[in-house]
Amino acid sequence: MRRARIGLLVLAAILLALPLALPNAFYFDVVNRMAINAIVVLGLNLLIGFAGQISLGHAGFFGIGAYASAVLTTHFGWSPLAALVAGAVAAALLALAIAPPIFRLRGHYLAMATLGLGIVISIVIRNEATYTGGPDGMPVPPLAAFGFEIGGEREWYWVLAGLLLFSVWACQNLIDSPFGRALRALHGSEVASQVVGVDVTRYKVTIFALSAFFASIVGSLSAHYVGFVTPNCAEFFHSVELLTMVIVGGMASVFGSVIGAVLLTALPQALATIEGWETVAFGVILIVSMIFLPKGLVPTLAAKIGWGR
Amino acid sequence: MLAQLLQFVFSGLTVGATYALAALGFTLIYNASHVINFAQGEFIMLGGILTVVFLASGLPLPVAILLALLIPAVAGVVIEKLTIEPAKGAGVESLIIITIGASLVVRGLVQVWFGKGAATFPAFSGSTPIAVAGAALAPQSLWVLGSMAVIVVALWLFFSRTIAGKGILATAVDPLAAQLVGINTQRVLLVSFALAAAIGAAGGILLTPITMTSYDVGIMLGLKGFVAAVVGGLGSGPGAVIGGLLVGVIEALTAGYVSSAYKDAVPFVLIFVILFFMPRGLLGPKTTERV
Amino acid sequence: MALLEVSGLSKTFGGVRAVQDVSFAVEPGVVYAVIGPNGAGKTTLFNLITGIYTPCVGEIRLGGQPVTSLPPHALARLGMGRTFQNLQICMNMTAIENVMVGGHLSLDRNLIKGMLRFPAVRRADAALRERAAALMARVGLGDQLDVPAASMSYGGLKRLEIARALAATPRILFLDEPAAGFNPKETAEIAVLVREIADSGITVVLVEHDMKMVMSISDRILVLNYGKRLAEGTARDIRADPEVIAAYLGTAA
Ligand SMILES: Nc1ncnc2c1ncn2[C@@H]1O[C@H](COP(=O)(O)OP(=O)(O)OP(=O)(O)O)[C@@H](O)[C@H]1O
Ligand SMILES: [Mg+2]
Repeated sequence: MRRARIGLLVLAAILLALPLALPNAFYFDVVNRMAINAIVVLGLNLLIGFAGQISLGHAGFFGIGAYASAVLTTHFGWSPLAALVAGAVAAALLALAIAPPIFRLRGHYLAMATLGLGIVISIVIRNEATYTGGPDGMPVPPLAAFGFEIGGEREWYWVLAGLLLFSVWACQNLIDSPFGRALRALHGSEVASQVVGVDVTRYKVTIFALSAFFASIVGSLSAHYVGFVTPNCAEFFHSVELLTMVIVGGMASVFGSVIGAVLLTALPQALATIEGWETVAFGVILIVSMIFLPKGLVPTLAAKIGWGR
Repeated sequence: MLAQLLQFVFSGLTVGATYALAALGFTLIYNASHVINFAQGEFIMLGGILTVVFLASGLPLPVAILLALLIPAVAGVVIEKLTIEPAKGAGVESLIIITIGASLVVRGLVQVWFGKGAATFPAFSGSTPIAVAGAALAPQSLWVLGSMAVIVVALWLFFSRTIAGKGILATAVDPLAAQLVGINTQRVLLVSFALAAAIGAAGGILLTPITMTSYDVGIMLGLKGFVAAVVGGLGSGPGAVIGGLLVGVIEALTAGYVSSAYKDAVPFVLIFVILFFMPRGLLGPKTTERV
Repeated sequence: MALLEVSGLSKTFGGVRAVQDVSFAVEPGVVYAVIGPNGAGKTTLFNLITGIYTPCVGEIRLGGQPVTSLPPHALARLGMGRTFQNLQICMNMTAIENVMVGGHLSLDRNLIKGMLRFPAVRRADAALRERAAALMARVGLGDQLDVPAASMSYGGLKRLEIARALAATPRILFLDEPAAGFNPKETAEIAVLVREIADSGITVVLVEHDMKMVMSISDRILVLNYGKRLAEGTARDIRADPEVIAAYLGTAA
């Protein structure tokens, strides 16, 4: 825990100092998108890395948040904050509703069920064009609350940096709490946790709903930040991107989530020139890191320096 | 009324046959290695795209088809060699992720090489529909269903009559025991990947004149094939065929009577229903996990 | 009244009749041993009673209350604890964390409180840590508290199983071959530990192949063979039973 806190302080220092080093709005934008991804990936890593439950449909929850913010504000005149909360609650409720049957499944079945869920969500978004604009997407008004409006990359930077710090802190606490211990235990041995009283399905369902909740909130923020949503944000490839971030950074590693998000957000910048190669690159990265760095960057490096985790 | 129903069933059986072939591919690899190959759909895509390309380059149809079966089979072997073999002993989740990686590589490469456009080629024996009880049956549908039947019978003969087939079956039941009696389980895995890829590609080739193809059709077709395999009971050959046809027909009926926009959602809703009410699928084996 | 009553319990796997019509009762505070040759169905019996498998037929009562087919976590709440013959240790955690998982039910497991680091939750967790450390010392692991479980020896892990089960403060504890793979000295240590556990008021049901240990610490013994109850009684009864002798020596009874 002490090492985790040192890490948190280092992250805080970096986030405070970073604005001095970023030359222009373009770089702020890149960092903001890194932060957005990092927060989703933290939640996803709780599910995949700590609890050991794969999800191939997480972009679906991100999409629910993004479209709740877009549709409820544009078509129904909701305030952005109310829309954000509604989206997050809806995502969590949907997760709660479908999770009990899903988490009786393991391995392939779980992968498939979560994937199917994501696909169904993106199909709905594409088809309900009257509200969502269909495949073309729709604009989203800026985020305004309590008389303030967040505008521009720099203002967003502070919002997202603050949220990222909070998320890292909350994740560290959670992992170190009785709930988090049970979560890691059911990953290590499901039967062993059961016979000491851990209701494993309940834990899986709860963490699934929590990570859906976070994904949706970040989806909302991201929609406001970018000012536009398209169905791509809810689609399989986005789920795979998020998964890749978890795996490259390191499963069951809080800072791994952040590093994974940073690296793989930077990658498309370098590859964006040729369409198709980005897909190939993600594929190769997935395969290579799964074979040669199955624990991910941060845990592997930590083990090298002799830091437990 | 009845004619319309029949029409939907025909089109459902036709795509369902492709799902069945994909499901057989999943089943083959799953039985040989307990890996779910998420790249299975890309073989379907490869089959269609390659046939388009070879036909465009002037090769006769039979040669084009042969090459479009062979190349995915080789791709299957390469994927097994380069990605599954080095990850020996990795968990189910890791293997799923690896095969997703492989599917991205295949899809990305085809996108770069072939582009994003949709493509097709003419049906094998014309497109004059055959009238059956008021419904129109496309000749290509007969090709699809007939080929599926031939493939199923050939697989059945292979598994029940040949040493190689029996070796694969033995490996599926107990890999360690199979190894002990001298079966080369490594080769079994390679053969399974090659077979699965070729069978998937066959589905892609047969379906392309009806639905067209493009670099990104693999995800959906592959996933539906997986749904079919699960519906039928993961690991069961006959289950895969029944599951495929069933998924196809239910999808076509939904498209016809409910909403064509939501037809792609059908298999995924179906899988929830199936997994909830019969987690082993229709014909899946019953086992208790050992503790 | 018997703490545990098992009547007419059966389980088949495909064609294998692993447990057939087994009945017995365990009085509180005793060491009750279940013995039998390899494959006799001892572990399956444990799995049935602790809710890992559901029985095909039969009934299980704990403290007079029917508990057949309850899930394992519900049985844990009712005071059932167990260890595993094939180790079930969380290799992704440290030794003491494994033991602390055993104390899971004694803690406030609220997600939000944990996430926001409520002081009361932290305090209770610190107290559990001390209790876990004491239990580890009791099973002879006092010097390995913060060692990753993955780097512990087989013997260490077997002891860790017992410490974790004790952390749950069970009423009845099922130990599946706790001394398997141990040398005579270690086996004797385990025997003393098991007896102490029973004397502290936790009823122990024990599967063990080491006959010296079984005969010396068990109050009653159940003998299984091919899934069936072959004999039941005190150590002396069992030693004198011709059918048991035949089964163990491999001659036809
Ligand atoms: N999950 C399962 N699926 C199929 N068969 C099983 C399963 N669990 C146990 N069996 C079979 O049931 C029989 C009894 O096994 P069990 O493990 O209960 O024996 P045991 O008495 O504990 O043996 P040992 O002393 O070797 O531990 C064996 O034939 C075993 O193969
Ligand atoms: Mg046993």
